[in-house]
Amino acid sequence: MSNTANAEMLTTQDGKPLKAALSRALFREKMRSLMLIAPLLIFVLLTFVAPIVDMLWRSVENKIVSDTLPETVVVLQEWDPATGEAPDEAAYEALYNDLKIAVAEKTHTRLGSRLNYEKSGISSLFRKTGRRIKRMDEAGPFKEQFLEADGKWGDVEVWQVLKQLSPRFTGGYFLNAVDAEQTPEGIQMKPDEDRIYLFLFGRTLFLSIMITISCLLLGYPIAFLLASLPLRSSNLLMILVLLPFWTSLLVRTSAWKVLLQQQGVINDFLVWIGLISDANRLVMINNQTGTIIAMTHILLPFMILPLYSVMKTISPSYVRAAKSLGANDWIAFWRVYFPQSVPGIGAGAVLVFILSIGYYITPELVGGTSGIFISNRIAYHISSSLNWGLAAALGTLLLVAVLVLFVVYDKIVGIDNVKLG
Amino acid sequence: MSALPPYASPLQRTWFYTFRLLCGLIFFFLIFPILVILPLSFNAQDFFTFTKEMLALDPAGYSFKHYHDFFTNPDWQQALTNSVLIAPVATLLATSFGTLAAIGLSQSHVPFKSAIMAILISPMIVPLIISAAGMYFFYSRIGLQGTYWGVVLAHAALGTPFVIITVTATLVGFDRSLVRAAASMGANPVTTFFKVQMPLIVPGVVSGALFAFITSFDEVVVVLFLGSAGQKTLPWQMFTGLREQISPTILAVASLMVAISIVLLTVLEFLRRRSERLRGMTPG
Repeated sequence: MSNTANAEMLTTQDGKPLKAALSRALFREKMRSLMLIAPLLIFVLLTFVAPIVDMLWRSVENKIVSDTLPETVVVLQEWDPATGEAPDEAAYEALYNDLKIAVAEKTHTRLGSRLNYEKSGISSLFRKTGRRIKRMDEAGPFKEQFLEADGKWGDVEVWQVLKQLSPRFTGGYFLNAVDAEQTPEGIQMKPDEDRIYLFLFGRTLFLSIMITISCLLLGYPIAFLLASLPLRSSNLLMILVLLPFWTSLLVRTSAWKVLLQQQGVINDFLVWIGLISDANRLVMINNQTGTIIAMTHILLPFMILPLYSVMKTISPSYVRAAKSLGANDWIAFWRVYFPQSVPGIGAGAVLVFILSIGYYITPELVGGTSGIFISNRIAYHISSSLNWGLAAALGTLLLVAVLVLFVVYDKIVGIDNVKLG
Repeated sequence: MSALPPYASPLQRTWFYTFRLLCGLIFFFLIFPILVILPLSFNAQDFFTFTKEMLALDPAGYSFKHYHDFFTNPDWQQALTNSVLIAPVATLLATSFGTLAAIGLSQSHVPFKSAIMAILISPMIVPLIISAAGMYFFYSRIGLQGTYWGVVLAHAALGTPFVIITVTATLVGFDRSLVRAAASMGANPVTTFFKVQMPLIVPGVVSGALFAFITSFDEVVVVLFLGSAGQKTLPWQMFTGLREQISPTILAVASLMVAISIVLLTVLEFLRRRSERLRGMTPG
């Protein structure tokens, strides 16, 4: 194989250096694998990653003021709200020019409802002014005419909001999402009665922890039993775990709705055996209890399966060795078996926690008002209040939380080791 | 723990049976909610609980009327049709893209493997409400919101991670020399793929496809945001039914869906055993 010209350089049969030939082969192999992956990668990037990026973008994007009122934004740059006085005639003239176009294109109501998130009353101010603008005199004076249309145009705060939202990007949605607001004195927490999101994040966290703990308490014995039984009987019992896992989420949620109702099966049964009286039926649905019970049931298989796969690998001879050395059953379990099952606990707990903090359907159906999660609020802002920027900001915060947890999960289990069924 | 030794002390005996009882109760908790809706779906009354006639096993207490309602009510039928139109197409997309990518990922030299894997698995990790929100914003920008293809593409994206995971798992046990052997005997890569590789990874592909199918068939959050009234699927109809006008027809639908999951579970279990047998692992 060696060439006479250079005895040390290995070449292939057709005289090319072996190193180059090998690297070309390796390159070709890499390209082939990339070609196979490319269709899906492009597909996922377009249908899934792009939407997520779009959401992140929306959480800071703030084009509406500068797009609808371009001239006003420029004039307002020179105005200092600290003077405590409304801007001068130039600003009103710019506003008149901008609003005339906006009213013709019917975009002023959208701007009004956007500004209304910052200060209530602006929405109606814009609508009212929109109706009056056609009758205004093009020659001016504009300030007078605006003040005549609505006295609020003399309000410094209205102008402040406009100036504040002039930049094309804003952190306002994020401030809003953590119950803070931008005031002339800087960033401050909102008054207590207006704070909802931190409380809701807290509740989501609390309920998710409760659900994870109850899944662990119920899942550990089952996984232990399944791992210690002979394969034939454990396969049979495994069906009882896998059937709920495979059953539609809505089926299980409706089952719990049926069971937990005041006129439902459980209450009927408790009344029938005389444990509670007919008048004192338990309220188990449309509150936190309902959410915890139903979600524990729904997420329990996600705890059992990883626990089981870890426990399956624990050799029984360790426990036997511990017992032969004089440990009693409890010590053998606690000092020898349990530490070996901890990776399974970690994997199952993180998985259940990740799944539960983003849950929407079950809290929506059985949670009432006291058992809802942050996701329900996100859905509300998308479909009812139409405050998409705030929905995007809340979603981004939730996404960051989940990704951080996922990195933890990846450290414990590794993405490649995710097993299904 | 698997069996009680004959020399067990009374305390061990008590604990052994207590533990079994405890596990029995937890299994009951797991399975009871699913089983309880089956008899309730045959209720002759519009109640969500057992009537006196039902408890007395009186045939008059039972009827098929909720099933009848499901099969005649145009709302439910429309929802069923939509589900049947959406899920298979989404499954087909997810399975074909996913299988190719899984084969690519299982090659020995893949550049940026972990980054690619993270992107491909992400639809499974990101909470559905966030995916739904992002997709809603983005798809309304490009005019896919409220269309059939919007829902299909979204469901396909959500299903691909499952295909990747199951197919990759079967490829782990795949002997690469088989491909080389086929190539050395003159088969081109396409023939090798269909004649050698495909038959061996089929169980993984099928179970991945089943996962993708059930993901789409059960999915409600994304379709709730992305779909318009024309894409109302079965889970969506159930969701509105549960939230607004709760009707016992839901129990009939739920029972039918339990039947579907039992069929799916059986197929998957069969596939798992077959694949383990083929790979010479523990016999079922």
